[in-house]
Amino acid sequence: MKRVLSFALLCLYALCLQGAATAQEMVKQFGANTDTVLLVRSTTDISIFSDVVDAFLTERPDLAVRYEQWGSNELFELTLRECREGVEGADVVISSGVHQMVKLVNDACAMSYTSPLTAALPDAQRWRDELWGITREPAVMVYNRALVPSADVPETRFDLLDLLRPFASRYVGRIATYDIERSGLGYLFAFADSREATTFGALQESFSRTGAISTCCSTDIIRGVAEGRYLIAYNVLGSYAQGFQKSDDRIGIVLPTDYTLVLSRALMIPAHARHKSQAGAFLDFLLSSTGRIALRNALLISPLLDTDTEEPGDALPATAQRTIELSPALLVSLDRQTRQAFLQRWRTTFPAP
Amino acid sequence: MADRRGALATMSLTSRVAIGVSALLLIGGVVVSLAAFAYGRQAAQDAYDRLLLGAANDIATSITISNGAPTVVLPVSAFELLALAPDDRIGYRVVGVNGETLTGYEDLALPSDRKAAVATFFDGDFFGEAARFVVVSRRFAERTLNGTVQVIVGHTLLARNTLAFDITRKALYVLAASGIAMLLLAAIVVRSALKPLERIAEGLSKRDPHDLTPMDSNVPREVSVMVTAVNGFMGRLDRQMISMRHLISDTAHQLRTPVAALRAQADLLVEEQDDRSRLRIVQRLHDRSVTLGRLLDQLLSRALVTHRVDSVKRERLDLRDVVLDVYEADDHGLLAPAAEVRLHLGDEPAWALGDGPSIGEALKNLLGNALKYGKAPIILGAGLENGQATVWVHDSGPGPDPSVLDQVGERFNRAAVNSGGSGLGLAIAQAVCEAYEGQLVFSRPQKGGFRVTLAFETVGGNQL
Repeated sequence: MKRVLSFALLCLYALCLQGAATAQEMVKQFGANTDTVLLVRSTTDISIFSDVVDAFLTERPDLAVRYEQWGSNELFELTLRECREGVEGADVVISSGVHQMVKLVNDACAMSYTSPLTAALPDAQRWRDELWGITREPAVMVYNRALVPSADVPETRFDLLDLLRPFASRYVGRIATYDIERSGLGYLFAFADSREATTFGALQESFSRTGAISTCCSTDIIRGVAEGRYLIAYNVLGSYAQGFQKSDDRIGIVLPTDYTLVLSRALMIPAHARHKSQAGAFLDFLLSSTGRIALRNALLISPLLDTDTEEPGDALPATAQRTIELSPALLVSLDRQTRQAFLQRWRTTFPAP
Repeated sequence: MADRRGALATMSLTSRVAIGVSALLLIGGVVVSLAAFAYGRQAAQDAYDRLLLGAANDIATSITISNGAPTVVLPVSAFELLALAPDDRIGYRVVGVNGETLTGYEDLALPSDRKAAVATFFDGDFFGEAARFVVVSRRFAERTLNGTVQVIVGHTLLARNTLAFDITRKALYVLAASGIAMLLLAAIVVRSALKPLERIAEGLSKRDPHDLTPMDSNVPREVSVMVTAVNGFMGRLDRQMISMRHLISDTAHQLRTPVAALRAQADLLVEEQDDRSRLRIVQRLHDRSVTLGRLLDQLLSRALVTHRVDSVKRERLDLRDVVLDVYEADDHGLLAPAAEVRLHLGDEPAWALGDGPSIGEALKNLLGNALKYGKAPIILGAGLENGQATVWVHDSGPGPDPSVLDQVGERFNRAAVNSGGSGLGLAIAQAVCEAYEGQLVFSRPQKGGFRVTLAFETVGGNQL
């Protein structure tokens, strides 16, 4: 049965993902030592993550790291395929598509690892000792500071709905969000939204009515807002937005105060990893204080979520933070029929261009 | 081996009870532990089976028919239910009316012996890990679709095993606590049960070596047997000691006068010059020594009787044999060769329980009395009279003075002593009678003379 399934999957991948091996977006080699090369596959941009890897290699000069940057869907499919075939693939997989990671763990593709640092993680950021949440990044709204008057800046989703309500609203057609079919992260945020509040139905309806744009990739969306193509972007990853804002202050960032989704990028060590103990060391580094400082400097542990900031008015109350828990309940989002039904609804909102 | 047996025999009661209770607790503990483990497993199984069933029903309820095909939008609540087993992987599959997989893991097989319409639990395997599954059915009878959709939901066993061990562990805590409580209780019970023994031991060790008074018999029934036995033993010892003391003091008392008299006569003899007087003194010396010999005999026979009464087991005997033995010993031939002594034995055996030598001694003493104070002919007799086994001595004289008879039973009576005898003969007879539950009867038969009878309960002769 299993073999038939694997075969079926193989065919499916062969059809859908021709040349998947070349589907990585970018590769970078860290460290001089080439004896032991830790293969890290991640959805995080190399530019953001390279400082973290460098910090790791300062502690472990005996290692080298090959860092491959992938799209979340491609990474998921590759990892699942390697798991089913028993191929030695990545040593560490880090993905923002945590629902996909949960599915990989559920399908017995991950290796179990425990250390005092993993045991100290809260339950929401750990599942089965096979999957760990290493970052904390909010899903934010980004707006163009020049084109959106401060009175219009939405504090909550209801504010956003109100902006779109007037008949000839100037925001019509200038709201952007992830294309959830192409971005695993976008799908995850949308799915989490749908579970969190009924607001999501109203938003979808509004987006559909006002011809909102769904497009790919955080950077494109944020740049589009900065350049004025879009006025507001909904559900953008806060870490990217804040990173962009550092070099380009044309954008503003809002953490919705009704609730803010918090993503914790998930890390797993594939069951067939070649360098299991080094992978464990990498995980422990990321959870250690040095690693957390490096992640924080990379904005992957977002300062936006600090509840004890100097300006109390700006702080998001801890109760409004909704961490997307690493739990088997995320399996639902990847169920074939459920996903189809969800995407079906999405397509009626954003007709294919 | 013998050492070990000895060690076992001398092992303290506390250790015996401790070993017994420990063994009981150990065996009971093992049994209860197994039961607790089985119970824990069962409880965990039941609890998580319900969880599975709830999730499966939740999913089954969410199936809708659209365009003639069943559609599943998985309810998150079902998976949140399953996530109550937080670290367990979840497998699920929805099977359409024709056995095709609508969604979920295709390699989850339906159990072969599935009865439709009833939720079925089964054990299986999920990506190489043991897992537990349930399958439920939902029947559709729509215009466009008629048939049964089946939902399989399962998860791995981590949470079940954890719960089972948890329940077992808690049950074992209770078990251990109650075991310790039982041990403490047993220790207290043993201590209080053994208290009387300790008290007796303490009393014994503090007791003066010459103290033969009975111990306090106000003790538990089990111990009172022992105490009574010890008391009986001490009583016998005490009586023997008393009789020894009496014997010694009697002997001293009785011998002092005759021996002094002998000495006086002997002194006279030394100083006397006259041959005739010396002859008379020698004659008196002879008489005195005969009396002394008789007295010694009596004292010794009394000592013998007293000793045997307490120490020798009584046996069944024919009193005629006793009489015959006394007759044949022929003491009377020595004491009074001239006197005529006759035997009178009954035709039937006179069975009684007693000690032959003791009764014989008593008889000899009575015979001696008769020879000394009565008149020939003397008859020694034995037989059955009025249902009693008797031995008796009859002489033809008038019998002693009634005042002498009244004093019978005293250790010695002065009257008899003064009259030349010791009075011990009747005392011995009396002692033997008392020892063997008999009676001492004095009678004066119509045909004349005086008769002393020892009468005992007869015992059946055919019992031998």
